[in-house]
Amino acid sequence: MSAITREDFTRLVHAEWTKFRTVRGWVIGMVFAGVMIVLFAYLATFAHHDGGICIGPNPASATCQSFAHPEPALSPSGVPVTDTYYLLHRPLIGNGSVTARVGSLSGKAQTGGGGAGVSINDLVGAPAAVNQWAKAGLIVTTSTKPGAAYAAVMLTGGHGVRMQSNYTGDTAGPHVSALTPRWLRLTRSATTLTGYESANGASWTKVGSVKLAGLAATAQAGLFVTSPPSTDLSSPQYFGGEGGANQTATGASASFDHVTLQGRSSAGWKAQNVGANTELPTLSSVGYRPTSAGFTISGSGDIAPAVAAGYTDEQPLTGVFIGLIVLIVLATMFITAEYRRGLIRTTLSATPRRGRVLFAKASVIGAITFVAGAAACAVSIAIGNHILRTNGNYVYPSGTLTQLRVILGTGALLALVAVLSLAVGTVLRRSAAAITAVIALVILPYILATASALPTGPSDWLLRLTPAAGFAIEQTLPQYHQVSYLYDPTGGFYPLAPGVGLGVLGAYTLVLLLIARRMLLTRDA
Amino acid sequence: MTHALHAEWTKLRTVTATAWLLVSAAVLTVALGAVVAHAVTYSAGAPQDITKVSLTGVYIGQAIVAILAVQAISAEYSCGMIRVTLVAVPRRPVVLAAKAAIVGAVVLAAGAVAMLGSVIAGRLILPASGFTPAHGYPPLSLGHGATLRATAGSVLYLALIALLSLGVAAAVREAAVAIGLVLGLLYVFPIIAALVGDKHLQRHLEQIAPMSAGLAIQSTVNLGHLPIAPWAGLGVLAAWAGVALLTGGLALKLRDA
Repeated sequence: MSAITREDFTRLVHAEWTKFRTVRGWVIGMVFAGVMIVLFAYLATFAHHDGGICIGPNPASATCQSFAHPEPALSPSGVPVTDTYYLLHRPLIGNGSVTARVGSLSGKAQTGGGGAGVSINDLVGAPAAVNQWAKAGLIVTTSTKPGAAYAAVMLTGGHGVRMQSNYTGDTAGPHVSALTPRWLRLTRSATTLTGYESANGASWTKVGSVKLAGLAATAQAGLFVTSPPSTDLSSPQYFGGEGGANQTATGASASFDHVTLQGRSSAGWKAQNVGANTELPTLSSVGYRPTSAGFTISGSGDIAPAVAAGYTDEQPLTGVFIGLIVLIVLATMFITAEYRRGLIRTTLSATPRRGRVLFAKASVIGAITFVAGAAACAVSIAIGNHILRTNGNYVYPSGTLTQLRVILGTGALLALVAVLSLAVGTVLRRSAAAITAVIALVILPYILATASALPTGPSDWLLRLTPAAGFAIEQTLPQYHQVSYLYDPTGGFYPLAPGVGLGVLGAYTLVLLLIARRMLLTRDA
Repeated sequence: MTHALHAEWTKLRTVTATAWLLVSAAVLTVALGAVVAHAVTYSAGAPQDITKVSLTGVYIGQAIVAILAVQAISAEYSCGMIRVTLVAVPRRPVVLAAKAAIVGAVVLAAGAVAMLGSVIAGRLILPASGFTPAHGYPPLSLGHGATLRATAGSVLYLALIALLSLGVAAAVREAAVAIGLVLGLLYVFPIIAALVGDKHLQRHLEQIAPMSAGLAIQSTVNLGHLPIAPWAGLGVLAAWAGVALLTGGLALKLRDA
């Protein structure tokens, strides 16, 4: 019995496949969708030798700079990083430790507003609240080259004492105020670095411990201060040049006293503004001065992963939106055309088990869309990234597995929307209404979330609760809690994890498919 | 022409879908505007264009208007009615002109209701979101020149979307393809523009995209920051609608029905 049933379903799928491939317009449409995806991969990437960041409201008079995204510094594990800080250091040969009391942190911000990409020159800081992720503390690093292996224990502007290492590692210590002095100690024992903190310099608490494989025998140990740009997280974005996340350079100062270095050293204290040549907006008024008990150091920048460095694999996938519209039209017509031509009555006479007809149709349109969509995305990413790199741009290293996830996931996204369209088409039977409904369900929330006056909170809910959540599958950039940034969808950041977002779309598709089946079963054709 | 107009009016008003579509266009427009006005909150650092916020509903309203306009042509093709129509009124450009006049008129009426409703909803809801006179936001009022322009302009915007859709539908006949083209043009064009990295190209795309350009009419503050001036933007949309109608008219004239 089950063998017959399976054969029956195979025959149905074959019938639906025949219907699809013998309608020239549908085949042309499917090819057109794929071509559009690839074509826009080219259009979205080719101009990027001339892109860059523009400052000022009116591009006619705006100053645009940095025509391409150059390669950022890379961490020992290959992650793009920001490594800009003011350092006072001594060589530390072999094992040893560095201890200091960090006085209160004070902040500075760039005056006169401004935007991203502000030159590091000619900016004078005005007194301001200290940045939440301003850092002052002790560091042991392989070298003063940006991207070097390091471990550090620090007092932050608003996140207490932290132990951080190799840019992505972050362990929280006690959540103390940046306004009260704190004792810090960092010890090296072979490749193990351990951070301690204390309120009085007598009783010490361990904050964290890390193993640094690549640490040189003679490392640099010292005191550092840095302060990342503040991001305006509230600015709404519209289509049309308004809004956009503005980054303002900030700086921080901290006093260090009771500074001791235990262990062998070969030289005295040396000052250096590490990684001063950065894309990050920074203040130029940095430096150090000796005080009666130690030093006061001012720094600007960050020691952290670089968020949204260069271009991502999503950049070449711009055309997916166009391909999506074409596929919505095709998949809806796959059922509504049958209603319009009366073919549905023939179809249902041939197979009176109506539910199965719907599933056969869904399988056929889903499979074709998946294959065509994934292929188009693979070609798009290959072409797009090649063009970006040829133009001297840095493309975020997402890894083969992530790329595969994006390619297959986008194929699945397109296939799910196609099946969803088929279901809505079955329910509404009119193509114009069905297509509009699907576009209003899938694409409109994305537009409202990214381009309307909606603040971040409600926008994020739109991308959690509507089928537009599925676009999260294209996300390749990791979010870091220790970097303050406008993590919004236009920047390639979604509120849901990729798989979960696709799952939300899948749930909508399944529910609509079941409703469609119910309608098909209970309604006269 | 009077007969043609009368015929089109009869065809449109005797289809129940017309009333449903017009009502849902108005309701959805007001509802979306109200939701967004409720969701936006006052923040001293992030000034808002509260007129534009209240009129956000046009994003969804235009889709319903597009269905109505596309169906006015495509439905005739799908049931063969178009042949009867063309026998009754053999001068084909007159048929399209009559359809444009009737569809445009009903959309103007529904659009006026939708936009007035949105302004009233905004006026009632926005103070609760913190947009009070104390914070520098007087209540929305059509007595304010820019708000009146934004509101009346949005009504015209919806009518132009209807004409654009009508032209596209006359050109391609098939409802599914027509609605796909129109909504793709409206919604996807700005997404593409937003994702293009080149700022100059992005600005040019926003100046010619029917939705981005047309909705410039809704801005009441920071007009200098817009990619295109409000009325010029509506002009761009009118040009799109004109070209679409001309293409549709030509296709209707030259092609067998």
